[in-house]
Amino acid sequence: MGDSRGPKIAGSSERILIPGTGIELPVDFDLSRRDMLKIAGYGSLAAFIAACGGTTPTTTSGSVTAKGGSMSIGSYLSDAVPKKGLQDVVDAFTSANGGTKVKVNTVDHGTFQNTINNYLQATPEDIFTWFSGHRMRFFAKKGLAQPIDDVWNDVKSNFTEGFAASVKGDDGHVYAVPTSYYPWAIFYRKDVFTARNYKIPTNWDDFIKLCQQMKKDNLIPMAFADKDGWPAMGTFDILNLRMNGYDFHVGLCGGQQKWTDPKVANVFKKWAELTPYYSPAFAGLTWQEAAQQLRQKKAGMYLLGLFVSEQFVSGGNADDINQLDFFPFPDLGTQYDSEKALDAPIDVYMLAKKSPTLGTDSGQAKAFLEFMSKGSSQITYWKASPGAIPTANDADPSQYPALTKKAAQIVSGAKRITQFFDRDSRPDFSGPNAMQGFLLRYLSSPKQDTSSLQGQMQSFWDSLTPE
Amino acid sequence: MATSITPAREDSPEAGELAPTRRGRYNVLTRYDRRVLMLMVGIPLLLEIIFIWWPTLSSILLSFTNYDGVGDVGPQNFVGLKNYQFMFSGYTLFWPAFFHNVIWLAWLAFIATPIGIFFAVLLDRELSGTAFYQSVFFLPVVLSLVIVGFIWELQFSPTEGFINNAFGLTKANNIIDWLGNPRINLFAILIAASWRHVGYIMVIYLSGLKSVDPTLREAAKVDGANEFRTFFRVIFPVMAPINTVVAVITTIEALRAFDIAFIVNQGKNGLELLSILITNNSISEASLVGFGSAIAVILLVISLGPIIVFLSRVMRTTS
Repeated sequence: MGDSRGPKIAGSSERILIPGTGIELPVDFDLSRRDMLKIAGYGSLAAFIAACGGTTPTTTSGSVTAKGGSMSIGSYLSDAVPKKGLQDVVDAFTSANGGTKVKVNTVDHGTFQNTINNYLQATPEDIFTWFSGHRMRFFAKKGLAQPIDDVWNDVKSNFTEGFAASVKGDDGHVYAVPTSYYPWAIFYRKDVFTARNYKIPTNWDDFIKLCQQMKKDNLIPMAFADKDGWPAMGTFDILNLRMNGYDFHVGLCGGQQKWTDPKVANVFKKWAELTPYYSPAFAGLTWQEAAQQLRQKKAGMYLLGLFVSEQFVSGGNADDINQLDFFPFPDLGTQYDSEKALDAPIDVYMLAKKSPTLGTDSGQAKAFLEFMSKGSSQITYWKASPGAIPTANDADPSQYPALTKKAAQIVSGAKRITQFFDRDSRPDFSGPNAMQGFLLRYLSSPKQDTSSLQGQMQSFWDSLTPE
Repeated sequence: MATSITPAREDSPEAGELAPTRRGRYNVLTRYDRRVLMLMVGIPLLLEIIFIWWPTLSSILLSFTNYDGVGDVGPQNFVGLKNYQFMFSGYTLFWPAFFHNVIWLAWLAFIATPIGIFFAVLLDRELSGTAFYQSVFFLPVVLSLVIVGFIWELQFSPTEGFINNAFGLTKANNIIDWLGNPRINLFAILIAASWRHVGYIMVIYLSGLKSVDPTLREAAKVDGANEFRTFFRVIFPVMAPINTVVAVITTIEALRAFDIAFIVNQGKNGLELLSILITNNSISEASLVGFGSAIAVILLVISLGPIIVFLSRVMRTTS
């Protein structure tokens, strides 16, 4: 259960109370991105401990919130399943908060992300759905997000230090309320593994051998799809984390390490051992199509986030979701195996500073953020959209199915946690222009000498305006 | 035509009544006429300045900055020619995108447009059911390119798509990754683009053919010219104005190619196009507005060629 790491959590961040305001600020204003991620890593562990350990009721002062009135949410939850989840929460909020009218403006997920910059500068809604990590701090630093230290002060007892660190901007203020997270792991179908007598591989050799066996058995060993560009980053993350360690990976995302480093070449070399077992024509497939390969027993395994379960809920028969299981990425025999590092992105809600209505709706918006911080609200959302795990300490884990419990467990067992490449690195490097395109080019011939590709990656990084 | 106002007004009785004096030939326009004219020219001009010239000039200015789309542009943002330097030397996507646009142009010019013209010539021959064929070929033209992209994305999908399934190409050893293989995906979407382009050209050309004097054909026939010769020696030269329009449309379509590639995979992995690089840089989460503007300026410079040809041709035909 990892309880031995408990004390570290408490000591990982010191705080100072500003007299008269009730606002707590961390002493260390220069918390680097590396520290943030490190703390985020410890935090998820604590999340699980807390999730196991029963409830801690939230105390709300009510001073920053208001009942009745109206407010608005800009949401990227455009898929049917999560969209319903938000609507359920909003309905519950309206009835709990004196009939506050909530306008939800749902925008296609990809479009929302791509236009976020303009959106936040024009006439955004009061609250917007977003991601933690570098992506949150980026907009906080640009002055497009409203600090919510007062809200946080009311609800922070319901979150672990790790989540607290994940919503803090570079200036030490809190900018978001974390509401859910999910791990990346290798998913498989229990019935397929039982029928064929496959064993869960714990090291790389067994993993490759299993892939070979599956190929003989006419299965696609590893489902893989990269038409959208971002899924490949998940494989890069985990290989780099396990081969070169958390510190190197974070340094690479932040620009302190170079893409021309031979360590990166090793990642690509190792990756090439796996690519022969990928779905044919993966560069033209979407992750949903690859998830269907796994669901339809055409593929044996799939490295993806927990959200793959959405495809098992929405398509096919009811038993599919019960057969879905996962195991952690196998050990590579390096010194970094013990870090058990993985991607576990946290989703958040934030206040848009430029919202024209925020002036009048501030109390209602903050009330919603506090509402979203409650375990009961997060469970409401989770029930409709089970692809992610609630973050609040008082979210009742007793209703979680085995898959969700296991997902919380794998995150808590990790000593180092990252968000995902496009949340940990700068947006102008992780987009289709750069990282997505580079990885696709690598995947088009994985056996290539990657030195020129790495050179291009580094020169692209160097061309970006320093942050 | 509407441009020759002056002589028409002189002859009309209304003009005589409204004109305050008929002494000078410049006074044929009443003060009211002049006001109307000023409004008629001024409003479009103003709109043009606001919506076309201002953004164009802004793009050119922004191309010399490292502006990231947040807040105001200040003197500290100016970086000189750095964006252009990087684009031509360091940016690995610029030249591929440029050549993809060139391939797009060549494909439309030498394959899609000739097919469209060929269809027009066939349909001009009063075949039975000509209206039916016309509507079939014209149908894709009424669809937006985004829809065309969606439709063909479904056709080309490697495992679920119609094409691979119809030809039994869904097994691992023979699967064709139409949209994911960077060596063929450009041609796959060119087929999609042509599906629409052929109909478009056909309609334009057909309307041109209908206006050709039939006696020309009869004369050619009497002189003993065969169909082939009649078309290339008589009809095609007579169609010169339409030919220019078709050529310019083809060029512009190639330069503004964007929608289908963007729908398919946001223009990466072999589908890079100049217009997509502009979008991905300027209005994505990345917000490299300055650098995106520099690419836009290059595209503008390239576009000026066909625009000038088109305008000079249009002005010559109307005067």
